[in-house]
Amino acid sequence: MIIRQCQLARQLILQPRRYYSSVETTVTLPSGRKYRQPIGLFIANKFGVSRDGKKLTTYDPRSGRPIASVFAAGSADVNNAVQSARLAFGPWRTTPGTERGILLHNLSRLIEDHKDILGSIEAFDTGKSADTAMTEDIRECINVTRYYAGWADKVRGYSIQPFTEKFAYTLHEPFGVCALIVPWNYPLMLALWKLAPAIAAGNTVVLKTSELTPLSSLYLGNLITEAGFPQGVVNILSGDGDTGAALAFHCGINKISFTGSAATGRKIMQAAASNLVPVTLELGGKSAAIIFEDADLEQAVRWCYSGIMSNSGQMCSATSRILIQETIYKKFVEMFRSYTIQRMSIGPLDHGPQISDAQLKKVVQYVRSGIEEGANLVYGGEEMDGPGYFMQPTIFSDARDHMKIVQEEVFGPVVVLDSFATSSDAIWRANSSAYGLASAVFTKSITEAVNTAQKLDVGMVWVNSSQDSDFRVPFGGFKMSGFGQELGEYAIKNYLRPKAVHLNLGISL
Amino acid sequence: MSASASVPLSQKFKLPNGVEYEQPLGLFINGEFVTGKEGKAFEVINPSTGKVAGMVHEATAADVDIAVDAAETAFYDGPWSKMSSADRGHLLLKLADLFEENLTILASIEAFDNGKAIQLAKGDIGACIGCLRYYGGWADKIHGKVIETSPESFNYTKQEPIGVCGQIIPWNFPLLMWAWKIGPAIACGNTVVLKTAEQTPLGGLYAAKLCKEAGFPPGVINILSGFGRTAGAAIASHMKIHKVAFTGSTLVGRQIMKAAAESNLKKVTLELGGKSPNIVFEDADIDRAVEWINFGIYYNAGQCCCAGSRIYVQETIYDKVIEAFKRRAQANVVGNPFDEATFQGAQVSEAQYNRIMSYVELGKKEGAKVEVGGERHGSEGYFIKPTVFSNVTEDMRIMQEEIFGPVCAIAKFKDLEDVIQKGNSTAYGLASAVHTRSLNTAMEVANRLRAGTVWVNCYNSLHWALPFGGYGESGIGRELGKEALRNYTQVKTVNINLS
Repeated sequence: MIIRQCQLARQLILQPRRYYSSVETTVTLPSGRKYRQPIGLFIANKFGVSRDGKKLTTYDPRSGRPIASVFAAGSADVNNAVQSARLAFGPWRTTPGTERGILLHNLSRLIEDHKDILGSIEAFDTGKSADTAMTEDIRECINVTRYYAGWADKVRGYSIQPFTEKFAYTLHEPFGVCALIVPWNYPLMLALWKLAPAIAAGNTVVLKTSELTPLSSLYLGNLITEAGFPQGVVNILSGDGDTGAALAFHCGINKISFTGSAATGRKIMQAAASNLVPVTLELGGKSAAIIFEDADLEQAVRWCYSGIMSNSGQMCSATSRILIQETIYKKFVEMFRSYTIQRMSIGPLDHGPQISDAQLKKVVQYVRSGIEEGANLVYGGEEMDGPGYFMQPTIFSDARDHMKIVQEEVFGPVVVLDSFATSSDAIWRANSSAYGLASAVFTKSITEAVNTAQKLDVGMVWVNSSQDSDFRVPFGGFKMSGFGQELGEYAIKNYLRPKAVHLNLGISL
Repeated sequence: MSASASVPLSQKFKLPNGVEYEQPLGLFINGEFVTGKEGKAFEVINPSTGKVAGMVHEATAADVDIAVDAAETAFYDGPWSKMSSADRGHLLLKLADLFEENLTILASIEAFDNGKAIQLAKGDIGACIGCLRYYGGWADKIHGKVIETSPESFNYTKQEPIGVCGQIIPWNFPLLMWAWKIGPAIACGNTVVLKTAEQTPLGGLYAAKLCKEAGFPPGVINILSGFGRTAGAAIASHMKIHKVAFTGSTLVGRQIMKAAAESNLKKVTLELGGKSPNIVFEDADIDRAVEWINFGIYYNAGQCCCAGSRIYVQETIYDKVIEAFKRRAQANVVGNPFDEATFQGAQVSEAQYNRIMSYVELGKKEGAKVEVGGERHGSEGYFIKPTVFSNVTEDMRIMQEEIFGPVCAIAKFKDLEDVIQKGNSTAYGLASAVHTRSLNTAMEVANRLRAGTVWVNCYNSLHWALPFGGYGESGIGRELGKEALRNYTQVKTVNINLS
């Protein structure tokens, strides 16, 4: 067994297999570099056309121009993908965890080898800067994949001996075919957040990407094959809401993991009621940052800026509401405004576009409502001139809790500020959101930090930072932000279910 | 042993199978290969021929001091102290990859230095790779707990590394023991000073070269060739080493523990000897059981702490089994380790050879019967024929004491109660096995044998994910699996008053 494993591992690492898809197009990146972009549906390690020939087009948000058209999966294709995953599941679940880990480790290495091109594709398709894509998104992809490679052989079960005549043990088993539906704000990163633990646990997957950002995950398809994953373990479909529905309603899936809007999340849960599959949902948020008067104000401003303006505000966990203790309120508002001006002087590389025209229009609508409802516009508020879907960073102060811009998730670079008197006041207001994804607390006091963290009704609390999640720490929300965790040990546990086995060693009737 | 200033720091070796490579000979301290402070060196002997193969530099107490200083500096200052847990794990993964790239060289060194069959050596390296990868995966997954006491208190625990760990490994599985120690210690964030066995220093030094190539910062891993009485003792009693892990004989294990107590109460884990029972019930698949009892004792020429050296066969099938076992034992291919067909290679040294042969003589004197073997194989090197003693009684020394060679004793038992009692009548408790088709027999025997591992319908089935260690005088603590992480961490409780 040991020799066989060693030989297998050697074969995988030293002699990777290469497959080239026949369904590709040439894409020219903004840098002028050209590369072969797969455009097919990735099923059983092959790229193929959609059954009805349907395609969708993805656009460059910086210019508004089309990048490429890719095949969009219809119900027949979804069916094929699910079948392919089903066929692969039998052998995959019995593949030892160590071997699954080796393949994930190969994938991590390949992502690293291809990080330049993947970063460029991601930047082109989402509008984020290539530098950000590479140092944040792709780096996280490499780390997350390697992290779950290490878990694959460490999660099998427990043994329990209640009394002499009964010996029991649990087997943590994979669900089967997992439907993974990901959004457009961190396309490849969120795909791997789901894919890596699901695969490590022994599941097979059908990944459906967002119609706005299909490219990087399709490129990943080639790396999946090269890493040595057997056919059908990973299937990748581009498509729209209909594709997602076809997948969510499919009787052949055993679990759904969805990241996206609350509205779509509800539909997914309704679909899951029809085929009775477990669901994890990562939905939106309207997370509050709470600034206490003893905070390091300069750091708080920087973190809070990042906390809402990164990725042009297109983050589920963005701290888009800032509650500032009244003694430092005016000062903070002014510091935040100055810091914003400073950051904007760096230029368009620092502040990217919204993903689409539709999203941009939504943000503009919210800004208008903020003005109409009487919030004080401190900075921004306008679309930026020129091509693409650029929105100015926008700051509202004196934004009261009843206002739409305070209640609803804008998903753009719009932050609302208000003051609070006491800590229980701030906590109450933070908790009165329908959402419960994250919170940030800025203070130097240990007791304030720990007590506030304990009282906030959210899945994640950052003390003296914002948005710096870590792949080893669970990520997830309460209330309307969904349920189930990604990342950390928790995520792989969510892709496993226990089977209890009782051995009767002596009880006779 | 001799002093020699003329021993180079590395030398080209050409092995009997044609493999040529550069073999480091120096002490690996603070990221470099160096000569010993006292300029000493000692001979490396090829047990297949009994001839001197070369010399390596020898570490004395002075070199242990230098290595410990380097390890301490690496632990408290410098890149290792600031490295994230994931990056530590990544270095172990890179080391595993390097082991894989160098598999043929490493296996060949093992066969040359230890005398084991090349096919077994390859298996050892495969297990090294698996072990290093496994612990590479654990590095960033070592969690503490948050524990509730009262609302006025916020409490959590952390699993912190210990600091400089001393590790002393034996000669029976030189590289595998190296990996078993390095993997968990490094994954937990410690730095190490590891002394290899004087009989088998070569593999550990080549692996040290790979550590450097993998990118471990200087001082994190230090590898010393040397003797127990000098370098080993220095490690066990060193005031700046806060943990010692030893695998070897029970006799030396006691000395290590004593030295630890007398110096700075460093934490001690010990993997010592064994006299493990291998039990065959009448409802076993007899052909397969015979294969396993053969493998259980003759694997690695009997040089396994967990060897199944006491074989108990249910009396109803005893005659059938002993006949089949005698045939099987004699069918083992003994000889040149570099012959792909060889199963059993040489004993590691002349001293071991003599010790084993003296037990053979003792057995005869005690009144046991030699069924097969009992003599040297060939005329060159330290080869012994697979040996079976029957007509044994429980109180014979060949039934109680660890022989550590291809010599076993086979005896009858009446029923489950009888064999449990016999199996447990040992001061040791490392491993055991039961061969049966019955679920209930397997479970009951597994529950009642006082041994750290119970194999059911197999033997010597070690795996990096499964904890391994002894009851009784077979040792303290467990290696492998998640359990090994306990050996290399200490728990810190942080209790924050919120009132």
